[in-house]
Amino acid sequence: MRYHTPDSFEDASAIAAAASGTTRFLAGGTDVLVQLRSDLVEPDDLIDVKHIPGVKDIAQTADGGWRIGAAVSGAEMMAHAGLRAAWPGVVEATDLIGSTQIQTRCTMVGNLCNGSPAADSVPALVAAGATATIVGPNGTREAAVEDIPTGPGRLSLAKGEVVSALNLPAGHGGDAYLRFIPRTEMDIAVVGCGVSLARDGDVITSARVSLGAVAPTVLLVADAATALIGSRLEEAPLAQLAAAASAACNPIDDKRGTIKFRTHVAGVLAQRAAKIAYDRAGA
Amino acid sequence: MAFDEKTEGFNVVGTRPDRPDGIDKVTGRASYGADASKAGMLHGAILRSPHAHAVIKSINLDKALALKGVKGVVTRADFAEGLTGENWNVLENVMAGEKALYDGHAVAAVAATSQLIARDALKLIEVDYEPIPHVTDVDKAMQPDAPVIREGQASKAVPAGMHPNVVDYHESGHGDVEAGFAEADLVMERTFTTEATHQGYIEPHACLATLGGDGRGELWCCTQGHWNVQKICAALVGIEQSALRVTASEIGGGFGGKTAVFIEPVALALSRKTNRPVKIAMPRADVFKATGPTASTSMDVKIGLKKDGTMTAAWGEFRSQGGAFPGSPFSFTAMCAFAPYALENVKQIGYDVMTNRPKQAAYRAPGSPMAAFAVESLLDEMCNQMGLDPLEVRLKNASKQGTKASFGPTWDRIGLVECLEAAKEHSHYAAPVPEGAGRGISCGFWFNHGGETSVTLAMSEDGTAQLMLGTPDIGGSRASMAMMAAEELGIPYEHVRATVADTATLGYNEVSHGSRVTYASGLATIEAARDTVKKLCARAAAKWGIDEDAVVWRDGCAVPSGPNAGDFDPLPIGQICRKMGATGGPIVGHYEATPEGAGVSFAVHIVDATVDRETGATSVDRYTVIQDAGKAIHPDYVEGQYQGGAAQGIGWALNEEYIYGEDGRLQNAGFLDYRIPVASDLPMIDTVIVEVPNPGHPYGVRGVGETSICPPLAAIANAVSNAAGVRMKDLPMRPSRILDALDG
Repeated sequence: MRYHTPDSFEDASAIAAAASGTTRFLAGGTDVLVQLRSDLVEPDDLIDVKHIPGVKDIAQTADGGWRIGAAVSGAEMMAHAGLRAAWPGVVEATDLIGSTQIQTRCTMVGNLCNGSPAADSVPALVAAGATATIVGPNGTREAAVEDIPTGPGRLSLAKGEVVSALNLPAGHGGDAYLRFIPRTEMDIAVVGCGVSLARDGDVITSARVSLGAVAPTVLLVADAATALIGSRLEEAPLAQLAAAASAACNPIDDKRGTIKFRTHVAGVLAQRAAKIAYDRAGA
Repeated sequence: MAFDEKTEGFNVVGTRPDRPDGIDKVTGRASYGADASKAGMLHGAILRSPHAHAVIKSINLDKALALKGVKGVVTRADFAEGLTGENWNVLENVMAGEKALYDGHAVAAVAATSQLIARDALKLIEVDYEPIPHVTDVDKAMQPDAPVIREGQASKAVPAGMHPNVVDYHESGHGDVEAGFAEADLVMERTFTTEATHQGYIEPHACLATLGGDGRGELWCCTQGHWNVQKICAALVGIEQSALRVTASEIGGGFGGKTAVFIEPVALALSRKTNRPVKIAMPRADVFKATGPTASTSMDVKIGLKKDGTMTAAWGEFRSQGGAFPGSPFSFTAMCAFAPYALENVKQIGYDVMTNRPKQAAYRAPGSPMAAFAVESLLDEMCNQMGLDPLEVRLKNASKQGTKASFGPTWDRIGLVECLEAAKEHSHYAAPVPEGAGRGISCGFWFNHGGETSVTLAMSEDGTAQLMLGTPDIGGSRASMAMMAAEELGIPYEHVRATVADTATLGYNEVSHGSRVTYASGLATIEAARDTVKKLCARAAAKWGIDEDAVVWRDGCAVPSGPNAGDFDPLPIGQICRKMGATGGPIVGHYEATPEGAGVSFAVHIVDATVDRETGATSVDRYTVIQDAGKAIHPDYVEGQYQGGAAQGIGWALNEEYIYGEDGRLQNAGFLDYRIPVASDLPMIDTVIVEVPNPGHPYGVRGVGETSICPPLAAIANAVSNAAGVRMKDLPMRPSRILDALDG
């Protein structure tokens, strides 16, 4: 195994592009190192991006949006008052990952690129309309977060491409993320749901609803958003929201939950997350 | 040794000093199983079967042995032959013979110059398996068409015509159960199941072994009983017991799971093969797959109850699987089931069943928590149906001194009634059940144990004491023993250093199990201290020129027994010890015995829980443990045992389980999907120490470590069932199971 510490994403991309065997990028390492120890992967090239200038930065852009570097940890996001105020759902989703110790290492980019449908921060990012900045052999591009995972452990990134940062739009309403786990922490989502919405007075003017752990990838559920838009979150649209969320589910039966359970709880969480996001948007 | 009939006036006993091992543990100085190293040491790794049941047709080691850094490989051929009984079972478990019997069963082991090389070498071992049908469920394993794990294992007690997987049978009771049911106003029968759970100790098994061609060896390991390790390992590698010196490391949790051996004989065999020290530390996945979880059970229970709350009869059949070997705690399950109740008519039957799972090991009151879950759940349902107070019904039927126990003996002095009275008076039980919550209570029982015990107490010249114990400290026992020695010697607690001695420096000690340590090692410590005091008094008598019987010990000094004995100033322990070399030599007290007066222990738990009816999630909101300790030597550690048992019970009741796939493979061999409770899952667990003295201990001590896990499964299930409005009869009560129950 070769260990690399490039000082730019262009160099990181070039190393990955030239590599012939198994390549892994290392930021917090909370997935890669565990996989290494569990014998799930033995990379030929391990590319540590933490030495690249700017990877630990949380920056507000000129249009009021946010740019979060690839090595920003969950704990650093929690400590950032501005980001928390703008996107509480995204920050709280990231905060749910692992333990206090893991929080000092884990990153949203890593969470995304691990490709797990149960990743906690990804549904929140998708609901928020986040994009990823991707550096590759052909230059830099941007892609919607929901377009990056293509299946469990699989991404739409081309060989040599690496995510350098995540971009959140200017906060314009309220967002929330909820997950169901059998315990109260230190667990993996059986179902996750992100909701982001904006209000004009009491009426919801725009919304995005996402689901995690109920399909091979995190889902952006258009029908669920449609149920919300134009409503004041009355009983009928909430019921439509739950039905749309449940209808979108395509889960598996496994040790963490049954199809029936996941499908039902997706609707429950969608309603609960929508209520939180609604209150936040009105605040 | 009988109770001293003294319940107060102690100087040290009953106080809460710091534990002697505390600083070492919080600073990282304590040496656990994996913390030992030796020059020239190799690292061992074990290859495990990926199949639930398979014939091992051949094992090819050539490629592994050719890897640079690999120094040796062992298979079954490298262990003793001709073993019988439990020694054969243990060997078969630590290294497979003709068949792999479960997912994770060891088939070969490598010693190499690094852990990474050892792991790589495992991938080069070629095993030709022929998978054969498997069974992991206890009820299915008893069916006529079930795959046979191994023929000819059944004891003579097993009734004719049963499947060969049924290897043992228990039946006990008294009276006429059918006549008793005929007297009842309500008779109800229910079936309950529990899944296997793991002790979940934080420290994986680890050891460092040296065994030379001369047949002499040294072993450092984390264990609850190093003489037991010595005995079994010597047999498995074919050497004499005394040729193997075993030292118990500091232990990061055991809960019964470290009373067995798994990797130690393998490390010894690798050391002998390579002529180098060999260290093995188990990965967590191996701990789940290949150590000893507890049994899973399937149970039918039937109770008859009168309108006034009198239990007229009780009957139960308890089926228990303990993996691919005999030895599940089926008889304990049967015997504990109705132990809390004075019953004229009672019968319990138990079956020990083999399956393609790892060989079970003890887990805190083995077998009892499941029995309590079945019996106490049924009792709760019947009380609900008849409009009876569940605590009053338990009080009305409670076992007391003189009651003929459900499994035979007549109870001596026991404390169940006192626990139930304490529960009734507790603010928790008096408080109304919170809106939306459910309340559950349960009794629990455990036998407790004595066992072979040996203690030495050696005085130092400065009057401080060195206490050598043979029972590894799994619950603060060094503190408790030092307190009892200090109490007897009349010196400060800090003046006693308690150490767990190795097998070469003390007489045989049975494993730290059966909640026996504070009782048996405590009793032996008191006796060794009294032996020491006698010798100290003899030195004073010699100095004063009076009869030994005319000297008594008071507050750390020898004093004349009365005015007639003579007029001498008190002679402090330090002065006697300073001159011991010149007055007769070292002063050392001993005690060796197999004490048999371990008093049984009962507990009552009260739980409030709520259920999220939309997701099936459960929250344990309030928890109270009431238990008879006989006499609490160090109340902090008694309370810690009470809380620990409740915490493990909460995990077992709600989310912990061994999950097997259709392929017979374990699906959740890690702490992510094997869900022990995290701190935020638990409420503050309130405790009440009841002290009804054990007649068989000088201070009245009863073991407390195990009884605390007997009531939680039932108390939580009763609380959850009452909160949800549906009876939960299968554990764990995972959210999907609760939602399904709510759906009807």
